[in-house]
Amino acid sequence: MKILKLHKEVISNLNPQKKRNSMSGNMNIKLKVWRQKNSNSKGELVNYKVSEVSPDMSFLEMFDMLNETLINEKKEPIAFDHDCREGICGMCSMFINGRPHGPNDAVTTCQLHMRSFKDGDTIVVEPWRASAFPILKDLIVDRSSFDRIISAGGFISVNTGNAQDANCLPIGKNEADESFAAAACIGCGACVAACKNSSAMLFVSAKVSQLALLPQGKPERHQRVLNMVAQMDSEGFGACTNTGACEAECPKEISLSNIARMNREYLSAKLCSEIE
Amino acid sequence: MKLENKIPEGQLETKWEKYRSTVALVNPANKRSLEILIVGSGLAGSSAASTLAEMGYKVKVFCFQDSARRAHSIAAQGGINAAKNYQNDGDSVHRLFYDTIKGGDYRAREANVHRLAEVSGNIIDQCVASGVPFAREYGGMLSNRSFGGTQVQRTFYAAGQTGQQLLLGAYSGLQRQVGLGNIQMFTRHEMLDVVNIDGKCRGIIARDLVSGKLERHFGHAVLLCTGGYGNVFYLSTNAMGSNVTAAWKAHKKGASFGNPCYTQIHPTCIPVSGDHQSKLTLMSESLRNDGRIWVPKKMDDVNALRNGSKKGNDIPEDDRDYYLERRYPAFGNLVPRDVASRAAKERCDAGFGVSKTGEAVFLDFAHNMKYKYGKQVATLKGINNPTEEQLTAFGKDVVKEKYGNLFDMYKQITGEDPYEIPMQIYPAVHYTMGGLWVDYNLMTTIPGLYALGEANFSDHGANRLGASALMQGLADGYFVLPYTIGDFLSKEISTKSIPTTHKAFEEAEKNVEEKINTFLNIKGSKSVDYFHKKLGKIMWDKCGMARNAEGLKTAISDIQKLRDEFWKDLFVPGESNELNLELEKAGRVADFIELGELMCKDALHRNESCGGHFREEFQTEEGEAQRDDENFKYVAAWEYKNTSDWELHKEDLVYENIKIAQRSYK
Ligand SMILES: Cc1cc2nc3c(=O)[nH]c(=O)nc-3n(C[C@H](O)[C@H](O)[C@H](O)COP(=O)(O)OP(=O)(O)OC[C@H]3O[C@@H](n4cnc5c(N)ncnc54)[C@H](O)[C@@H]3O)c2cc1C
Ligand code: SF4
Ligand code: FES
Repeated sequence: MKILKLHKEVISNLNPQKKRNSMSGNMNIKLKVWRQKNSNSKGELVNYKVSEVSPDMSFLEMFDMLNETLINEKKEPIAFDHDCREGICGMCSMFINGRPHGPNDAVTTCQLHMRSFKDGDTIVVEPWRASAFPILKDLIVDRSSFDRIISAGGFISVNTGNAQDANCLPIGKNEADESFAAAACIGCGACVAACKNSSAMLFVSAKVSQLALLPQGKPERHQRVLNMVAQMDSEGFGACTNTGACEAECPKEISLSNIARMNREYLSAKLCSEIE
Repeated sequence: MKLENKIPEGQLETKWEKYRSTVALVNPANKRSLEILIVGSGLAGSSAASTLAEMGYKVKVFCFQDSARRAHSIAAQGGINAAKNYQNDGDSVHRLFYDTIKGGDYRAREANVHRLAEVSGNIIDQCVASGVPFAREYGGMLSNRSFGGTQVQRTFYAAGQTGQQLLLGAYSGLQRQVGLGNIQMFTRHEMLDVVNIDGKCRGIIARDLVSGKLERHFGHAVLLCTGGYGNVFYLSTNAMGSNVTAAWKAHKKGASFGNPCYTQIHPTCIPVSGDHQSKLTLMSESLRNDGRIWVPKKMDDVNALRNGSKKGNDIPEDDRDYYLERRYPAFGNLVPRDVASRAAKERCDAGFGVSKTGEAVFLDFAHNMKYKYGKQVATLKGINNPTEEQLTAFGKDVVKEKYGNLFDMYKQITGEDPYEIPMQIYPAVHYTMGGLWVDYNLMTTIPGLYALGEANFSDHGANRLGASALMQGLADGYFVLPYTIGDFLSKEISTKSIPTTHKAFEEAEKNVEEKINTFLNIKGSKSVDYFHKKLGKIMWDKCGMARNAEGLKTAISDIQKLRDEFWKDLFVPGESNELNLELEKAGRVADFIELGELMCKDALHRNESCGGHFREEFQTEEGEAQRDDENFKYVAAWEYKNTSDWELHKEDLVYENIKIAQRSYK
């Protein structure tokens, strides 16, 4: 975790919320949240107190509650990214107590629930930190570098209308399943945030693997991996030193074996391009 | 205004093929000088964008998320329909067409739905070619499952993440064209108005959500692929950002709104847990393939469940009321969504709800886990007399493979393990069949402005069948619009790009800017969410699963009061020239409030029950929806006149190929 300085204390007390029907045991939580006005300004950690937190709330609902209070106090709410709140769009992105997406394995921030914390806990919340993910405001970062990597080669070049009947191309269940497992990546960037080198290898290798495993993806495999890796490097992501932090923090349990596969793909592509 | 649906003449079966091969073309050289704006990057937007760019048009795409890949389509779970008949169970284009019309309670256009069924097979081919890893059988062939309202297996899927895989496929096609320089992508941009010039749509005003700057964009044509408006109810299964703003701005500039009151309430969602709730989570309809829905027969058991002295598993088989199997023996747990939702409400209203709130029923997998899958595996393993424990263990593995991510999600949210105890579910707002009225070409009543995907009203009538929204989004984007747009653009080849200094752009931008300043300057005392929640409650109570005239009238006046309060007492912190999430929400909720009123008005005028629109005054003795074909067999297209003032236009629905009947799933 990067070193952060504490500048000022802002204490907010929440209006008592109406209790939920079935659960009791409301918690008091202390938060230290990264606030930063925009990409040009300096940020700082700010303290908040949230009371009457129900264990059934999601982490983001706890933030909603805090924001509602801040608004009622005529203060600026904390900006954070989110959309589906079902763990699938990859938009939510909080670095919680030193771990991307918080303490639980295989869970996105939006699927993290307050029952994973204890009454009285202090929780530190920061944005993803990587030079390829500049901070836009508070906890929101710019991940458009991922889109540019996909544009460089994360596709199969087939125009609409060129397809043959789907069952003309049988694909073994194992390959299909393995490809699907790699395709489950939600592009959240937790792997980058978790990595001390800010490497994007897990994300890139998941796409390379998905397509390399399918017969449809084979014709372009060499060009694909070369172009995607070149783009990744030019975006300023770091090198992979095999620490495995990415796999440990990936909410979709994307496997490190994808990185190994991508390295093989890359080597054979390099070899071929040199021979050519 | 006159509604012209532009349905081509001729036989239903050959209409589309004939039209497609005769609609005017634009030659490749001209395509390069024609610009198309696409708002939305979900299945409809992404597929249209890549296809049009491949064809040679100049395309710009806008979305409010930080990447096109995060559009709400990503969250679709269960699957996508196609009439492939790979299971050899008697499926056909005609059957898919018929099921869809019937499922929609005879309130959709024959010609549109038939076209949808015709292109459904191509969609699967296209997706597979672009690398979508659908589920497969050991022989390498594609796997299928069943969805509600059908008796064949025609749903293709990728675990419980079908939408994700389809969207990533369409998104990769879009990003490829971005890389090739044929598409310009604008993420974190929100469209806030359309610009009409000389009666045609010629552009949009968009706000860069990071800098807050307003931008003008010209297009020879504009496509709205902006999704549905379920969030008018505050709580729904839609993503937090899903909204009606794009469609609503177009509506106020002349695009009629079709059937706004047709809302789909999905029967299987995780029940509300408390006041903090920000959204509801769907448990895919595919679960009804293997889950049986029930409540206790005895009130004693209900009480025991509520005070925690019994769990679902403690209630013996004979004391369970599998009410869908009881009421609808032919379709059982696989009746369409509207029917299943109302049946759940009926049981809960009668006092049999299984949770403390009284608003939950069980969705139970134990039976199939053990006796269907457990047995299968035991037989494969050659175990003749498996123990109950073995059956459960074997079955669990199979269920995990089929629905693992959904079960995990359920556990994550509720803290309970659905492999061990039955899930609790309750209906929730999910999808909106209504939307911008479009003709056969998918053009709205503003020439040059199109609507695709969930944003239009077109194919699902009064109730959508499961796994048909993904099909429609991709049909519109890949296979319909790229042809039908030729009808309009072929006449535009000599239209030069209009400079955005044109006074229509200037005026539109000025209006948007004034609106934004108004939000910031009210400086009242209540947050945007306060108003959104209030609106949601009015809509759910009065315009939700069951509606009646009196309630709808009250709702309309309540909404009008809420609107006044909103414009007097709203508080939006921050500035306009920065990333300001509250400001974004304020704009969306302002539009939802106006839409809510129109939905109630539409529901009030439709004196019948059909599909998702259930008016308590109009039901059969058995409590089923009672249509009135004599008076209401039409699409209601509302033209905006002024605040709280709309004119109704009717498009008569003609059924020449299907005999319309009382829908029955018994
Ligand atoms: C939880 C869930 C599960 C579902 N499961 C299934 C299923 O299994 N099968 C099925 O067939 N259907 C399913 N559906 C329905 C289906 O997912 C949607 O109807 C469909 O994906 C809508 O696609 P779309 O392209 O029309 O719009 P969306 O995917 O909603 O995309 C809307 C796009 O418009 C953009 N946008 C909106 N407004 C603006 C604006 N003002 N300015 C700029 N951009 C804007 C957004 O950024 C986004 O890119 C499900 C729906 C939900 C909620
Ligand atoms: S590999 Fe995992 S952590 Fe990285 S972007 Fe994909 S889902 Fe997120
Ligand atoms: S909000 Fe979509 S993954 Fe968390």
